[in-house]
Amino acid sequence: MGDPPPDPEPPSQPTSSSRNSQVSERRRSRERTRPLVPEELQQIPLDPQRNLRGWPQRASLTPNENLVFQAEDPYVNPGFSAEVQPQAYLSEGRLQASHNASLMLPQLQQGEGNLFQQLESAYQGPPADLPGQFTMYQREDLPFSQGTQHGPYMRDDPTLQFSPSELGFMSFNMELPEPEPRELAVQNAKAYLLQTSVNSDLSLYEHLANMLTKILNQRPEDPLFLLESLNRTTQWEWFHPKLDTLRDDPEMQPTYEMAERQKALFGRSGSGEGEQEMEEETAETAVPNIMEKAFYFEQAGVGLSSDESFRVFMALKQLVEQQPIHTCRFWGKILGLSRSYLVAEVEFREGEEEAEEEEVEEMTEGGEGMEAHGEEEGDEDEDKATDVIPKPTWKPPPVIPKEDSRTGTNRYLYFVCNEPGRPWMRLPHVTPIQIVQARKIRKFFTGYLDAPVISYPPFPGNEANYLRAQIARISAATHISPLGFYQFGEEEGDEEEEGGAGRDSYEENPDFEGIPVLELVDSMANWVHHTQHILPQGRCTWVNPLQKTEEEEELGEEEEKADEGVEEVEQEVGPPLLTPLSEDAEIMHMAPWTARLSCTLSPQYSVAVVRSNLWPGAYAYASGKKFENIYIGWGHKYSPENFNPSLPAPIQHEYPSGPDTIEMSDPTVEEEQALKAAQEQALAAAEEEEEDEEEDEDEDQDD
Amino acid sequence: MDAESLLLALELASGSGQGLSPDRRASLLTSLMLVKRDYRFDRVLFWGRILGLVADYYIAQGVSEDQLAPRKTLYSLNCMEWSLLPPATKEMETQTSVVKGRFMGDPSHEYEHTELQKVNEGEKVFEEEVVVQIKEETRLVSVIDQIDKAVAVIPRGALFKTPFGPINVNRTFEGLSLSEAKKLSSYFHFREPVELKNKTLLEKAELDPSLDFMDSLEHDIPKGSWSVQMERGNALVVLRSLLWPGLTFYHAPRTKNYGYIYVGTGEKNLDLPFML
Repeated sequence: MGDPPPDPEPPSQPTSSSRNSQVSERRRSRERTRPLVPEELQQIPLDPQRNLRGWPQRASLTPNENLVFQAEDPYVNPGFSAEVQPQAYLSEGRLQASHNASLMLPQLQQGEGNLFQQLESAYQGPPADLPGQFTMYQREDLPFSQGTQHGPYMRDDPTLQFSPSELGFMSFNMELPEPEPRELAVQNAKAYLLQTSVNSDLSLYEHLANMLTKILNQRPEDPLFLLESLNRTTQWEWFHPKLDTLRDDPEMQPTYEMAERQKALFGRSGSGEGEQEMEEETAETAVPNIMEKAFYFEQAGVGLSSDESFRVFMALKQLVEQQPIHTCRFWGKILGLSRSYLVAEVEFREGEEEAEEEEVEEMTEGGEGMEAHGEEEGDEDEDKATDVIPKPTWKPPPVIPKEDSRTGTNRYLYFVCNEPGRPWMRLPHVTPIQIVQARKIRKFFTGYLDAPVISYPPFPGNEANYLRAQIARISAATHISPLGFYQFGEEEGDEEEEGGAGRDSYEENPDFEGIPVLELVDSMANWVHHTQHILPQGRCTWVNPLQKTEEEEELGEEEEKADEGVEEVEQEVGPPLLTPLSEDAEIMHMAPWTARLSCTLSPQYSVAVVRSNLWPGAYAYASGKKFENIYIGWGHKYSPENFNPSLPAPIQHEYPSGPDTIEMSDPTVEEEQALKAAQEQALAAAEEEEEDEEEDEDEDQDD
Repeated sequence: MDAESLLLALELASGSGQGLSPDRRASLLTSLMLVKRDYRFDRVLFWGRILGLVADYYIAQGVSEDQLAPRKTLYSLNCMEWSLLPPATKEMETQTSVVKGRFMGDPSHEYEHTELQKVNEGEKVFEEEVVVQIKEETRLVSVIDQIDKAVAVIPRGALFKTPFGPINVNRTFEGLSLSEAKKLSSYFHFREPVELKNKTLLEKAELDPSLDFMDSLEHDIPKGSWSVQMERGNALVVLRSLLWPGLTFYHAPRTKNYGYIYVGTGEKNLDLPFML
């Protein structure tokens, strides 16, 4: 700070002086107002040691003590007048500082206003008033009862004679002495330190003062070591005062809400039935043992962390309680842009889901019916108009009916939630057209089920439908199990069913013994798909789109005409259920599956892990009699080539130009005039003829 | 992620689904310690895992005193023995840009790429098909370098710059606040700044030269190539890159925990503009 090193002084002096400066204003005002002070001040130099002991008290900044301590400094040693001046300037600085200004304002007002005005003016023009300051602080050494000082003016006060300072000569000296260069340097340094920074009202000086106060308050073990962190904390605290304990931190609000919600997950439903509940719960529940599966997947290096898995488990338990669920499985997690989806694959108990399905269907059908009516009316109006609009010959392609619940792609119902603790939402069944379109587009999920999917070709549905379609594709492609775990039911002896669709149901094999892990890893033939392959049509079982159901026959009389142009549609066939993985097609000379042992260091205890290369993120493990599939990823297929969006449809043909469709061009002015002239001529000619005829008649009559 | 806080880091980054199995974790903890000693690194970061068809590569990076100096990259197939990779050069990048598809998992595997090269034989100039062999190791180096340059992330305030040159770790970094954590502008690319000089003077005036000396993620092209999410009930912010799917950056707001890991196939998502 540029203070001259005070030698005989104890080392705490410089700091103490800085402390002093902080409230020097206050003190000075009190000095003015308390004539008693001078006597006290006189006594203090007798005990310089008190300075040290008094330090902790000083920190508490009680006015009286401060006053004492501050006032004592000028008296410690007359030789330290240089010390005094820095304090003076410090005090000026205090005026500028907003921090103490508020504290001091009342005191300022109470105190001698004049003095402070003078100080202010002095600070603003240091060079000019330096001498004034000099003299003033010399005078400060004196005990004075009356306040008003105006710089270099003489004060006519008999008490001025008291002080042992060297002010004696000043009293009579009206000249303004040159400030020593050292003092000037000190003042400059201090003025520099008191600059407030651009971003805030804090000046380095104040900051250092705060920090040193803090250190002295807390007296940590190794202050040098902690200096940096203290620096930051002090600064931070200055700008972030601790909030009330009564008020919550606004930023943390959503976090606390989420925590509350998750807390609700952990609460047991129903209260205090004690043992009865325990017995019920230990019986078979639909909730799978997520923790066990998470453990196995962890061996493979896949999956969510264990506490997250546990939360998923609790969330599934909540789902099972809310919905009539027969079996349930954690399908996986699909990552999205703003939020992710946790997907649960469930099967309802028999007959339970029909009610909801019908409601949904009625709503859609009702909507369609109304639309059809609207169109018909519109058509009628148009028919009544004078021009007959040619009917388009384009017919929309026949809608392939979606598969029934519990069959094919709609075998399971899916529920999604964004985070454990949030409510589960049900995904609608998937329609074949949605699957077909989903194959053509590639979009990230945003995390909101009602977000629109903007793509070309336009996806028929919103994100919920797209999500469901991707889930269907992933399930069909990557749900695998060890060979022999599932087998076909013995009742279905025939392989040939309607249209050769193949078997679509399987059951667990009670005699399954498990395949050794090494064999599972070696050969892909030991794994089979246990979900049906989705045909290009979008369904698992093929449906001839041109076959008319009864509803179509009722509504579409006009469509009979289209029968003439019917093309033969070939039946689509896909690999049957329970096909081994070795039959899967390669992706550009790359095997579609990668199998590994989970841990090469301990093969006897590892699990076999199979990873899909076609759908990155799909994993399956098998160990002994247990196996499981999971998908954690973005929900897109892997393609070695870049994505090529579909080209827009070719431009439709226009109608051939003919007299019906071409707009007549309006006649130009010249043509009109020419026509008019021609008409007038014709009229004139007609009149002449008439006149001639009349003349002839007249002549005839005359005759 | 820092090797010292590996376990916690793996736990926090597990939201993306891929992590490490316990045996790998254990081997990493030991071997990274030895790597730090042998190579005299200031910090060792576990960079991630590149999935290959036959085997996976585990990558670690060593950081010296100056945090922004080029980092040394090491790879291992079993998390125990680490081999140093050569630094990446421009030629490597051009050479490997023609290789597509997955990594094999065998560092000595060579990709064959046929090129048409003009060969001068005397006066005749004709094109000959030349088969260029590109080693997988080169490809590995180049991919890691690209990923680092494109999507390695560090939060604002974690590093600070001294006027004397070296970039140091900020020991008083207490984490971003919740509101800051959700903004992309609070995260920087962990590489030498490229776009900083293009900022207008007005923007630069608001920057703190000791903290804002790297490019922020805000102006990444294409816009929206980062997905910012809160996980674990709003107690963790996770940034996932959509350009290099598999890169996950996590940070627990108001704490010092942050880090990034890449677990993926090592292929850039060139379809990104279609997917947003």
